[in-house]
Amino acid sequence: MSGRKLSAELFFYLGLMLVCAPFLKLHTAWLPAVFLVVWGLKWFGDFSGRNEGIGRLREKVVGFFRQRSTPLVLLLLAVAVVVPFGASTYLLDVLTSALLYAILASALNITVGFTGVLVLGFIGFYAIGAYTTGILTTKFALCGFWLALPASGVVALLFGLLLGIPTLRLKGDYLAIVTLGFGEIVKIFCNNLDALTGGPNGILGIKRPSLGFATLDSPQAFYWFCLAVLAMVVLIIARIADSRYGRAWIAVRENEMAAGALGIDVFKKHLLSFSLSAFFGGIAGALFAAKQGFISPDSFTFYESVLVLCMVVLGGIGNLAGSLVGAGLLIVLPEFLREFALYRMLIFGALMVAFMIFRPHGLVGSRTIALEAEDHADGAP
Amino acid sequence: MFLQHLLNGITIGGGYALIALGYTLVYGVLKLINFAHGEIYMIGAYLGFICVSLLPALPPFFQTHTLVFVCLIFLVAAGLCSIYGFYLEKICYRPLRGAPKLTPLISALGASIFFQNLVMITMGAKDKIFPQLITQQTMTFAGVSFTWLQLTMIGLSLVLMLGLYWFINRTRLGTAIRAVSTDPFMAQLLGVNVDTVISVTFMVGSFLAACAGVMIGLYYGTINFTIGYLGGMKAFTAAVLGGIGSVTGAMAGGLLLGIIEALGAGYFSTEYKDVYAFFILIAVLIFRPAGLLGRRLHERA
Repeated sequence: MSGRKLSAELFFYLGLMLVCAPFLKLHTAWLPAVFLVVWGLKWFGDFSGRNEGIGRLREKVVGFFRQRSTPLVLLLLAVAVVVPFGASTYLLDVLTSALLYAILASALNITVGFTGVLVLGFIGFYAIGAYTTGILTTKFALCGFWLALPASGVVALLFGLLLGIPTLRLKGDYLAIVTLGFGEIVKIFCNNLDALTGGPNGILGIKRPSLGFATLDSPQAFYWFCLAVLAMVVLIIARIADSRYGRAWIAVRENEMAAGALGIDVFKKHLLSFSLSAFFGGIAGALFAAKQGFISPDSFTFYESVLVLCMVVLGGIGNLAGSLVGAGLLIVLPEFLREFALYRMLIFGALMVAFMIFRPHGLVGSRTIALEAEDHADGAP
Repeated sequence: MFLQHLLNGITIGGGYALIALGYTLVYGVLKLINFAHGEIYMIGAYLGFICVSLLPALPPFFQTHTLVFVCLIFLVAAGLCSIYGFYLEKICYRPLRGAPKLTPLISALGASIFFQNLVMITMGAKDKIFPQLITQQTMTFAGVSFTWLQLTMIGLSLVLMLGLYWFINRTRLGTAIRAVSTDPFMAQLLGVNVDTVISVTFMVGSFLAACAGVMIGLYYGTINFTIGYLGGMKAFTAAVLGGIGSVTGAMAGGLLLGIIEALGAGYFSTEYKDVYAFFILIAVLIFRPAGLLGRRLHERA
């Protein structure tokens, strides 16, 4: 135990030094503030670790929100619906991409969170969705957006099956690397299959969808549309997670062998979760293509995969609300902290390590699966 | 032409093999894939670059005796890099020992992003040109043209691999490493300090990766803060190809991957050069997950 304590301490000071070192060059004035904040957090952490009262308070706060989750969700939704009336076009653009990332993060949470399979090249499915929409609506002009949207999801799902069937029998680390490779392969193919994808130049002139009576041309309308899709995706995932399938996923995550012994087909459950998250990833890609009107391989780098994973991790692995919070934080916050744009990824990386060591269940996440079972024993929904 | 591609493949394959050894050693003792290993290789290349740029400030002895200087660069870069490896393990892996498998993976990914961005911020995002220390003059023998640099690289990787082989099989620490990879619990009962062994393993792996970094930096002439990603990926493929956990497997896998890549780039298409490794990886994992030389299935696939 003392070894663990010591290394945690060491981690803390070394990390602090490393994170602050680049600041010395540019933001000398900010340095004391950073130290103060970090020391404050550390003090609070130590304090709450020693003091049970804080822990109980936290449980109470979380419990309060849990019990009133329906009105809370409705309130948040209402705010989200009203926001465009007062927002500038720029803010709306940021918020719309936050919505897209929220879809991605929720989708990735199915595999990473519910079944415990680390997928590193998730952005590959996003790219497949975006390119499917792009190719279907412009290159071949086969169909409008409304057909392309589900088609993107289905194509992504097919690729998910294609990748999943041979590889999902592998264990965690291997699978992570294979999916990493998949993301890279998708990008390399997008870059080189000039006839189909336009190569490095990408695809231009993807139109925003129209609803018959109104096109979704205005940023507001498109924002609402994305919000609706997000709400639907989250609802579907939440319902599945609460169903027999969701329970089976969590059982598989907690202990594959035990789950198998109880008659759960582990491979099938993995495949289902994998292809489902690919499907939603594809849908998000289609929305992205319609939002930008232009796609190129540069939009689908490893960086994006990591960003989405960060959202899932920071929000809490296996927690849908956490994914949404994570997406909101990681997209909106950097816009207000433009000065630190350079350090963004550096801080994300350090945060991922720190979260894994100090709070592996993220900001919102529940502590253990046992806790979840207790909630249900209490009669909570 | 075939011999030419073969030679190029062996040159670069030696580098892959050195990085792959780091993956395989760490996998042996911790049963965990060190995702941040690619970044250690990248940092090694940068440390080498920093050493080379210090050359004009050094006494004239080094400017005339290039060979001594090159040896010194390798030693300094690799030595510093093993400190990075030591702290990487201490900070990102040790507190998570015994945690669910997903946790150290994400922590390693975080560390790798952190290292990448640290180098980008401190060294700049642009490619760095590696000064040519070893003459690039081409020689031709039996229709195969090669440079001194290539010969040096092949020689150095051979020496390092033989050195590692000796270290693993003939020294006390090497025996301890083998003991821990076979059965950590039993090794601990018999008085092996597992924590020390794991630290040493990380340091040795980082040492080799840094040598590979300097070597590949010299060979390609440019380095960038993103090379760790692809380099690490390919080396991992090499480790899996040879059978992860097996030292000779990693060496063979690295050389084989280098050769396959050189032949693929030579005879098919250079655009897809980086894809071959991924396809090989997927194919090996599906059809022969224990790798070519892996004796037992460490992970049932």
